[in-house]
Order: sequence, then C-alpha cells, then structure tokens
Amino acid sequence: MGDHGPAKGFGRWLYTTNHKDIGTMYLWFSFAMFLMGGVFALVIRAELFQPGLQLVEPEFFNQMTTMHGLVMVFGAVMPAFVGLANWLIPMMIGAPDMALPRMNNWSFWILPFAFAMLTSTLFMEGGGPNFGWTFYAPLSTTYAPPSVTYFIFAVHIMGASSIMGSINIIATILNMRAPGMTLMKMPLFVWTWLITAYLLIAVMPVLAGCVTMMLMDIHFGTSFFSAAGGGDPVLFQHVFWFFGHPEVYIMILPAFGIVSAIIPTFARKPLFGYASMVYATASIAFLSFIVWAHHMFTVGMPIAGELFFMYATMLIAVPTGVKVFNWVTTMFRGSMTFETPMLFAIAFVILFSIGGFSGLMLAIAPADFQYHDTYFVVAHFHYVLVPGAIFSIMAAVYYWLPKWCGNMYDERLGKAHFWLSFIGLNVTFFPMHFVGLAGMPRRIPDYALQFADFNQIASMGAFLFGFSQVFFLFIVIKTIRGGAQATDEVWESPEGLEWTVASPAPYHTFTTPPAVK
Amino acid sequence: MATKSADGYEHYYVPEQSAFPIVATVGLFFTVFGAATFFNELQSGDGGIGGYLSLAGLGILFTTLFYWFRQAITENMQGLNSAQMKRSYVWGMGWFIFSEVMFFVAFFGALFYVRNLAGPWLGGEGDKGKFIHLLWENYRYAWPMMETPDQVVNGAKAVFVGAGEGHSMYPADAHGGLLKWLPMWNTIILLSSSVTVHIAHVGLKDDNRQKFTRWLGITVLLAVGFLYLQYAEYHEAYVDLGLTLESGIYGTTFFMLTGFHGFHVFLGMTMLAIMWLRARKGHFSHEEAFGFEAASWYWHFVDVVWVCLFFFVYII
Repeated sequence: MGDHGPAKGFGRWLYTTNHKDIGTMYLWFSFAMFLMGGVFALVIRAELFQPGLQLVEPEFFNQMTTMHGLVMVFGAVMPAFVGLANWLIPMMIGAPDMALPRMNNWSFWILPFAFAMLTSTLFMEGGGPNFGWTFYAPLSTTYAPPSVTYFIFAVHIMGASSIMGSINIIATILNMRAPGMTLMKMPLFVWTWLITAYLLIAVMPVLAGCVTMMLMDIHFGTSFFSAAGGGDPVLFQHVFWFFGHPEVYIMILPAFGIVSAIIPTFARKPLFGYASMVYATASIAFLSFIVWAHHMFTVGMPIAGELFFMYATMLIAVPTGVKVFNWVTTMFRGSMTFETPMLFAIAFVILFSIGGFSGLMLAIAPADFQYHDTYFVVAHFHYVLVPGAIFSIMAAVYYWLPKWCGNMYDERLGKAHFWLSFIGLNVTFFPMHFVGLAGMPRRIPDYALQFADFNQIASMGAFLFGFSQVFFLFIVIKTIRGGAQATDEVWESPEGLEWTVASPAPYHTFTTPPAVK
Repeated sequence: MATKSADGYEHYYVPEQSAFPIVATVGLFFTVFGAATFFNELQSGDGGIGGYLSLAGLGILFTTLFYWFRQAITENMQGLNSAQMKRSYVWGMGWFIFSEVMFFVAFFGALFYVRNLAGPWLGGEGDKGKFIHLLWENYRYAWPMMETPDQVVNGAKAVFVGAGEGHSMYPADAHGGLLKWLPMWNTIILLSSSVTVHIAHVGLKDDNRQKFTRWLGITVLLAVGFLYLQYAEYHEAYVDLGLTLESGIYGTTFFMLTGFHGFHVFLGMTMLAIMWLRARKGHFSHEEAFGFEAASWYWHFVDVVWVCLFFFVYII
C-alpha cells in the first residue's frame, strides 16, 4: 500500500476505501437529501400559507410530513455527521484511515439505495408512507398504504448501514489512536462521536426490531400492536421511542463536538472544562435511555410512569447546562473574532438553548398535556435540529472546508449565508411557538382562521431559509473550484492534528502515526 | 508480517480499491426490494417476480460475501495484517454481537411489557380498568394467553384465535411428561455445545489439531440437533396444538423470540461449519485463530440468549 493518489474516473468513488473519499460522498449525499427534504418541507409550508386546502390533497400532505421527517433525520443529518466523522476522526487521532475501510464504503453505498427505495414509494399505488416519521401503529400497520413494506425494508438497510458505520467509528477510535493520544486528550468531536456510535449500536437494532414487528403484524398475522390479539398499540410507541429518544441525541452529540472545536479557535482560548464536557456527554447518553416515555405522556400511562419520565427528563438539563456554560465561559474574555463558522457556532449556543428550554417546558407532564401534538412541539424540535444539528454541520463545513479542498471560502458570502439562514429559520420557527400555545395541531393541512397570520410569516421564513441553502451550495462549489489558497493551519493556531497536515489534506495522512505530546 | 517502518511501526493495512461493497449493496438492494414486493404480492394475491428478485439478490449478496471473506482471510495469511489491524477485527465482532443483543432486547422488552403491563390492563387492572371493559367486556387476563380478547368479545367472528387451554409450550402442558419436553433437551444440547466449542478451543491452544477439529465438528452436529428439535417443536405446535403466529400475543411472542433465536443458531452453525472446513484445510494456529474465535463468541452469545429464552418464555 503506497501513498498513491486517488484512482481515475467514477470508479474512484464506487470502489474507494479512502476515508476522505467516503466522507466526501456522505457529505454530498446528505446535502442532496437536505435539499430533497427541504422541498418536501416547502410543499408543507406552501399549503399552510393560507387556511383551507389550496395546493395538495390531504393524503399527499401527510406523505410530505412523513417523508420530510424521514429524509431529514435519516438522510440529511445522520449521514452528514457520519461524513464529518469519516473525514475528521482519522486525522484528529493520527490514524492512517478508518479501521475497516471496505466496510466503510459498504456503509455509505447502502444509503443511496435505501433512499431510492424509500422515495420510490411516493410513486407507488396508494402513495408513500403517510403516517408521520414516527410511524405509530396502527396508522402504519392496519391503515397503512401497501408501500409501507418498502418503507420497512428501507429502514432495515439504513439501520444496517448505521450499525456498520458505528462499529467502524468505535473500532477506529479505540484502536487507531496515535501513540500518546490518550482518551482524555482526544478532541471533543472524537469523544462525542465515540458516545454517539455507542448509542447507534445500542438503538438501531431496536428500531430494526420495531419495524420487524410491524412487518409481522401486517403480513403474517401477529398481534404485537393489536389489542384484539392481546398486544397493545402503545407497545409500538415504547419500542419506537426507546430507539427514538437516543436517536435525537445521536443527532446532537456530534454537534456538541463541532461547536467545542470551533468556539475555542475563534475565542483564542482553550476549551473551558474539557473533562466536564466529556462527562456531561456521557451523562446525556446514559439519560437518553431512561426518558423515552416523555414522548407519550398523553397516551395514558400510570402516574408513577409519568413522574419517573418527567423527572428523568428534567435531569438532562443539568449536563446540557454544563455544556452551555462551558461554551459561554470559553468565550468569556476571549479575543473573539466572528468568522462564518464562529457565527454559526454562537447561533448554535443561543438557539439550541431556546430549543432546550422549550424542551424543559414539554418535559413537565401536566403542561405537556396542553402542548402535546401542537405546533409548539414542532417549534421545539426544529429549534434543536435546525440551529442545532444543521447549523453545527454548516459551521463544520465552513471551518474544515479549507482543509479539505485547500481554498478559503469567500467570507462575505459565508456571512451573507449565515444571516439569511439565521433570519429565515427564526422567522419560520419562532411563530410556531405562538400558534402551538394557542392550540394549532401539528400534521394537519388546514387550520382555523386565527392562526393565519403567524402561518403566513412562517411560510415566508421557510422559503427564505430554503433558498438560502441553494446559496450555500453555490458558496461551497465556488470554494472547491477556486479562491484564496488556505494555509496549513487555516485559522490562527487552532488545536488539533488535522491542522498539522497540508491544505488540501493529502489523499493519505498519517500513514505513520504522528507523535502526540 | 506487516511491513515495518524505521521506527518500528507496523503499517496498518489499508486495502486497495474494492468492488465488494458496491456489489454487495446491489445484492442487498435486490434482496429487500424483492422481499417487499413478494410480501405485497402475497397480501394482494397477485403473482409476480418479487420472490425471484429477492432470491437473485440473496445469491449476489452471499456470493460477494463469500469472496469478500476469502479475500480478508487471504490477506491475513499473507501477513498483511498488523497486530493493530487484528484488534480492529476483534472490536468489530464484539460490537456486532452487542448490536445483536440489543435486537433481542427489543423482543424481550415487548414480552415483558405485554405480560406485566399491557395484559393486566387489558384484563381491567389499573386506573383504566373501569373503562377498558367498554372495549373488551368480560375479558380476563391470563398467561399464557390461550384465549384472545378478540375471541371473548367477538366469539366465532374473531380474527385472532388462541390455541386454547393446554396448548401452550410450558412444561405443565407437555405431553408425555418432562422427558418428552423438547425445550429441556434443547437447553441441554445448546449448553453442551458451548462446552464442546470451548474444548475445541483448548485443543487448538494445545496445538492438538485432532482434538480441535473433532470437537468443533461435534459442536456443529449439536447445532444441527438443536435445529431439528426446534423444527419438531414447531411442527407439534402448528399441527397438533394449533398454536401459530396468528393465535394472539402468546403465539406471536413465542414464535418471534424462538424463531429469531433459531435463525441465529442457524447463522452460528453456518459460521462454525465454515470454521470446521477451514480447520480441516489447516487454517488457524494457537496464536492465529480470529475467525474461529469470533464464531465461538457468537456461539456463546446464541447460547446466552437461549438461556434467557428458556427462562422467560418456557419456564416463568
């Protein structure tokens, strides 16, 4: 195995074993899915621009809410983080590549096939999945369109992809660190991914079990989710959310790692409270396994269950608070500059905290009885996912893109993209808090007249945010094609081994491990 | 051995470009796309090519995996793998087994929930007891659930029909006493097979190849015996007892848990059989036995799952 360059032609991507190639493919795939999921969202927002039914049939509206959620969660956010992990983890720990390079490529290539199958359901008889991304039984079993079977198998192979990807990441982190790179010297992005990968291996099989139970109920007469046969539809929700709650942390822990890399660089201070960051991440991961039923407060659980899940959920605010305070303290009295990655990172800290606070409100069981299934919930989880997960991914792209392609992005354009996105998302999602508290239900194509104003504002914000992302695509392509040459360090003395190699990073880095002090 | 640089670092083997992943993906895609089509065809009653598509996909997938594994074994025998690379495989197998554990956790969790919470609530316990009878009047919960709520309410029109009293797989319902109670024999067989695979491992460590291959072969035979008895048990359940996947939640949980376990026994048996063939070709030594060891870890995992099954599904 020499240090040869990449192969020529399309075969380079089909057959690659290189972590940088695979990371690039993950990132482009995720961006394509982000645009597709975004178009679905814009269909939703266009329909909701006015009360009444204008553009689409209610059945199709349901397919759009479902596919928007599925594509964004499994197609956009998760693969983007895996792409970043592929690009960065080997370089951050001084490894020559991922531990199992061929399996790495397999993990990636499953995804385009899985999503081709999932998207094809939209063109099938009876339409695509229309039961929400949480696919509660019996909507997804007894009352589901026939295409649900394809949905089930698509989820199965996405899960296989995630599990293989996670096994690879864990094996890489535990086995491939350069000599001297002790666990407590690892960058936080590596730590958060180690814990994320653990969560993935723990819960993706549970999701597989969940869709398997659906498959059996639909096609083979079992009665997991049917009370008539002695089962329980609520069982579905327990199994799903036992997967689903850790899943939402899977979508945010790597974001914590990214922000913990960016803020110290632009505050020109080391990260405050490194060890407490690690322990807080581990605590959040542990708690994520014992809070799932807070998604189900209104389903009719015994009072002991309501109380347990309420208090356990509130506990999550403690380690999350540790993180937010650590970021703020890192910035405190730092020599701050506000390049695009830093803008996204600061917006992350502020807006993610807003999403965290609305999460605390939802955690209070009696209050949740009012908020449940309203637009307040939609506002909450979009505040943690859009300025949370998505903003951190964009911050990461601006921060590491010069290392990947060797060119600096255009700072003016980057800042313009940031402000457009920032304004767009707040205009979209902030009004949803108000209509939600006023009682507007989610996942409905029509609404009462009094919600019209805020919905119009939200729809305009959504289109602004959506089109800003096309601008993002333009900026990234422009940077790849040219621009000022990036230095090896790119930024002013950033921490980390990835800044010690050339920009753009050579095809193979650290074929012999670096010395880590 | 793997090439060493001047400072003594063994190069980590990063394989050349490989077509295995993409071809395996194509196989996997046709497997699942075909299976989904096939199941929908079964449901709607129209014939079609779904089943063939799925089988073709499986053919591609397993052929690719065969050559992929062969390549990995060849690389190792050529000495390309450093000690560090070998540890990557060990971590990989360990975490794969953990993912399998979590798959079973989902189904054991479902069993626990149904038996301890949902079932009693359906029978009128708890805060909702006053109202549940509006839906399932006169239903009394019992486990094993041999009569479904559907039957109690809808009588002959019921969709989910339980197997009826005395038709469970519990020892109390065993025909012809405990000696004819198959799960007990299966427990004995599977526990013994964990011992025999360990004896084979000891044989390998002592460089006693005859002991190694012989006891490994015995392990595979025990696995065959287990699967045969499970087949006999299923046959009895379906034909003699009328206990099926469709007979309510007891049949559902019983067949899904034991069925998935049986499928894993089949996988483990296949792994061990391949290791036996490799052992006869002279593969493995006392220091180089990852393939065999990985298969034996998997086998012990399958054994532990059975012990849990035996306890939670057949005894209590």
